[in-house]
Formats: sequence, C-alpha cells, structure tokens
Amino acid sequence: MESEKVFLQCQDLTKTYISGFVRTTYILAVKNVWFDVKKGEVIALVGESGSGKTTIAKMILRLIKPTAGHIYLDGKDIFSYNDRDYYQKVQAIFQDPYSACNPFYRVDRILNKAFDLRGDSLPLDEKKRIVESTSGLVGLNPEEFLGRYPHQLSGGQLQRLLIARTLIIGSDLLIADEPTSMIDASLRAGILNLLLDLKKEEQFSVLFITHDIAQTQYLADRVIVMRKGEIVEMDPTEKVLARPVHPYTKELLASVPRLYEKWGS
Amino acid sequence: MVTPPLLTIVDLKGYYKGWFGVVRAVDGVSLLVDNGEIVGLAGESGCGKSTLAHLMWGTLPPLLHYESGKVVVDGFDIYGTDPEVLRTEVKCKRMSLVPQASMDSLNPVRRISHLIMDVVSERTGRRPSKEEVLKMAGEHFVKLGLDKHVLNLYSHELSGGMKQRAVIAISTLWNPKLLVVDEPTSALDVTSQRRIIRLLLDLRHDEIVKSMLFITHDIPLLRQICDGCAVMYAGKIVETGTTNEIINDALHPYTRGLISSTIAYSSQAREERLKSIPGTPPDLRDPPPGCRFHPRCEECMKVCKTREPPLITKTKRQVSCWLYC
Repeated sequence: MESEKVFLQCQDLTKTYISGFVRTTYILAVKNVWFDVKKGEVIALVGESGSGKTTIAKMILRLIKPTAGHIYLDGKDIFSYNDRDYYQKVQAIFQDPYSACNPFYRVDRILNKAFDLRGDSLPLDEKKRIVESTSGLVGLNPEEFLGRYPHQLSGGQLQRLLIARTLIIGSDLLIADEPTSMIDASLRAGILNLLLDLKKEEQFSVLFITHDIAQTQYLADRVIVMRKGEIVEMDPTEKVLARPVHPYTKELLASVPRLYEKWGS
Repeated sequence: MVTPPLLTIVDLKGYYKGWFGVVRAVDGVSLLVDNGEIVGLAGESGCGKSTLAHLMWGTLPPLLHYESGKVVVDGFDIYGTDPEVLRTEVKCKRMSLVPQASMDSLNPVRRISHLIMDVVSERTGRRPSKEEVLKMAGEHFVKLGLDKHVLNLYSHELSGGMKQRAVIAISTLWNPKLLVVDEPTSALDVTSQRRIIRLLLDLRHDEIVKSMLFITHDIPLLRQICDGCAVMYAGKIVETGTTNEIINDALHPYTRGLISSTIAYSSQAREERLKSIPGTPPDLRDPPPGCRFHPRCEECMKVCKTREPPLITKTKRQVSCWLYC
C-alpha cells in the first residue's frame, strides 16, 4: 500500500549542545531517537518544554547538524540532497507566523518566492491559477491577502497563507512547530481542520510538534512522547491516550484539563 | 443579611490613546465577584481581559486611560480614594494582582528575598530587617507548600512553575481578600500548570485569599477552577453565569462558538469535527455598530446591526444578545 511507505526516517539521532569555552558544559538535548514518518501520516511529538522536540525539528530541517545518527528522506541521507531539492520536499510552519514574514514586503512576495523554489518557470496566468486554487484549498480568498502587508492580516490568515505556500512548493512533509499557539482560540480549530483535510486529500505527512494533548488527540495518527531528550512512548494515538504505559505519559494525561470532567483532588 | 460583593465593577471604560487613535479596549464592563467565589474571565486574545485587570489595579500602563465607571474593592473605590491609601491599605492587603508573565519580572541578579524586602517596604513604608522578612516570608512560603530555601535562590535557579508559585506566594503575603491572576499558566507545561491550579485552590481552601478573578483564554482550565464565569468579546462582557451553565448551555452565539471551537482532551475518542468561528475579531479602534459580534454571528438579525443589545438578566445569568429580548 502506498500510504505505508516510510518517508522520513530518523536513526539513532543524538544532539549535544556544547556551551562555554573554559568550563565547557554539555547538554544532551536529544538522545538516541529512532522514529519514522510514513506518507500521509500525522505524527505528533509531545513533551514538556525542554524535552528536545524543537531540536529534532531543527535537525530535520537541516538547520543544525546532529551530533550522531542519520536522517533519511526517501531512502537518501538528508545531507546528500542539495538545498533546492531538499526544501522542495520539506517545509515548516512555526509558532509565530508574523516573524516568518518580512514586514517590509507584501505577502505576494512569499508566494512568488515559493514559485522560484519550484523552479519550473510557469507563465504568469498559470501561476495566478495555482494561487487561486491553493488559496481556496486553505480557505482563503485571494482578494483577502494579495497586495497586503503581513501586519494587515490576522495570525490565522497568515498561518493559512504559509501553509498555502508549502502547497505551492508541493512539499511532501510539513514540520509544524506549535502552529496554533499564537493564534486566537476561535480561529485555532480552522488551522487544525485544514491540516486534517490536507492529510486526507494531498497525502501530506505532518510532523506536529506540540505540548497540547487535546490537539494531538484531534489530529495525530501516532504519538511520540518525549522526556528529557528520549522517547518514552511511541504508539498509535488511541492506544497511547487510552492505555498509556510509561508513568510519565500517565502523569501527563492526568494533568490535562478537560472540558466536561473535573480533576479529582 | 446580604454581604456586599467583594468586587464591584460598574460600567468601567478604559481606552488606549495614542498616534494610532483611540482603542476602546474596555467599553462598559460590569462585573461582581462575591465573597468566597472564584470567577473566571474568558475570551480570546485582544478582547480586553488584561486591560480590565490593569484598570482594576488602578496603576495604568502608558497610553491606557481611565474614562469612566467605578471599581469598588472591599469598600474602597479605586478611582475615588487617595493613592497613598491605596498603596498602603488596599493593594496587596485587600487586593493583589499577579500580572501576565510576572514571573519574568524577578530580578535576575537579586535573590527572591530581596524582592520581598522591596514589596514590604513599598507597602508598609518602612525598611524591614532581613531576619524579619525571612521569618515572615518563610512561614508564608511553607504554608503555601514551597520550600523555605527558595527565598535564598536567584530566579534563574527556579523552574518556570516554581517561579510562578513564588510570585503568587509573594503577592499573597498579607492574605489579601481578592487575588487577580492574569494567565498564570500560559507559559507552563501541563504538569506545572496543574500544580499552579492546585496551589490556587489551596489558597482559597486555607482561607489565605477569599475570592479570585482568574483571567484565561483556556476554557478547559477554567472548568477546573472557577465557580462562575464571564465571557468577554471586543471590550464587553457578553455572558455571565456559573461555569457549568456557560460550558453546557451557552446562550450567546459567541460563547457557543468559543466552546465548540475549544479543543479539549477527553478520555473518550471524539469523532465530531471542531467548528471555528468565521471572520476575525474586530478592530477596537472602530468597532462595528450595534452588537460587536454581528459580523461573525450566524444568527445575526436586522436589529443586531444597528442597536447595541442590552444586558439581559435571567436568574443570576446575564447575556447581552437580541436573541433573548
């Protein structure tokens, strides 16, 4: 089956941060992490702050080099790709959509840059058609954002626009690092629904990094629970949430506030 | 005998004024907090929750201007009392505020006890001796379940959750009757979040504080701690009621939308799809006429577009919507 194909593979990934010159301290941020992402799958990386979630994302995005271990994309080591090929396949959205945009340029430029990365110099009317169809896909109207500056759009709109950008590039893997934490509560559900639809329709794989168990339950197929740089539990979402094995996962689940149940004392 | 409510806010208005124009951030808010009650103030970012907290506190940040209305805390009118009396008698003694991100305001080069010395001298008008402060604060910290030696640490030696608990402990040194907490858990992970909530509930249980105003955007969290709840939208309170009523039987279309777009974890797997509210919150420099929610409302009627809905009281519940007139 096509959807069972492993797309991204992390093998024995380790990252040590070194700080100080005289009194050198080593911080083991990620320790011997193995996992893979299949095509069309949403994987949630859950854990408290400082558990190494973002470090993993940065390594997959080639922003930092792993101290040890390998990451394979489509069977090839990610550092053997050239930049253009790699970022055509892997894209990311981050917490704060505003800081991902240059405030001095109109948002059109973000989309034009996306076409540059595609590298298949399309005629202008074809580009326009693609912009229209993808913005429809992410639930935006082109008139709403074309010719505007980032600050004129709401966080939700801008985050959708950045997702549209990854669609124009045609990436297969989206690294979403806490994509909803800066977005208003009433618009947050929209972003999650969008990711859910894209997964179904476009065979999009998403590595969803969050500390919010509720969003994980809503979105993810599999959950990786991390603590202090190590994976403590990795299983399908229903299994982790219904029958957590590791004590840390149990503690984490017990601490999540629920809407219709009150915490016992 | 009916005891008067601990906190009474009547038609409070506060605007931000600057080169950008006039932002009507809090525009006619009325709210009561009774003795022994924890009231939650919910709403999304930019609806004026924190501005309301600043207005209640009386010391306004730059550009925020008090316009009109009344805030009465335990018999003291915040905008009608001598500031000197407010400083020494009301603040920290009758009402305490834990502002947003207050744990980041700890001085990184001073010990926690140093901040307490500052607070004590500010509120009592005399410089206390170090032993006195250590003894008083130490006892208080122990009562709140914190370790005494925290006093001798620097802020960077504490974790986020510990810092927040220390800040809450400092603001309740004189056992104020009312504690206003503004998003105390927004930067914390769920396990420390739970500890903070535990601490706040213990504070009331041990009668260190009597009532609380808990400001948050996280509805599941509100469910855990609050008895009553007020929902704010675009500078106005749209609905009040008990937390149960608000969550299970919301009246105002905005509250309903907010609840149905809330992503909450539940032990049963959920199939239904979340709904988000269409549109975006209005620009408060130029709020829409009539009901401020009408451009996003699915049940918008003709009257909503022109006239502002009154606050309708239905047996301890209030809702501001033409649907219920």
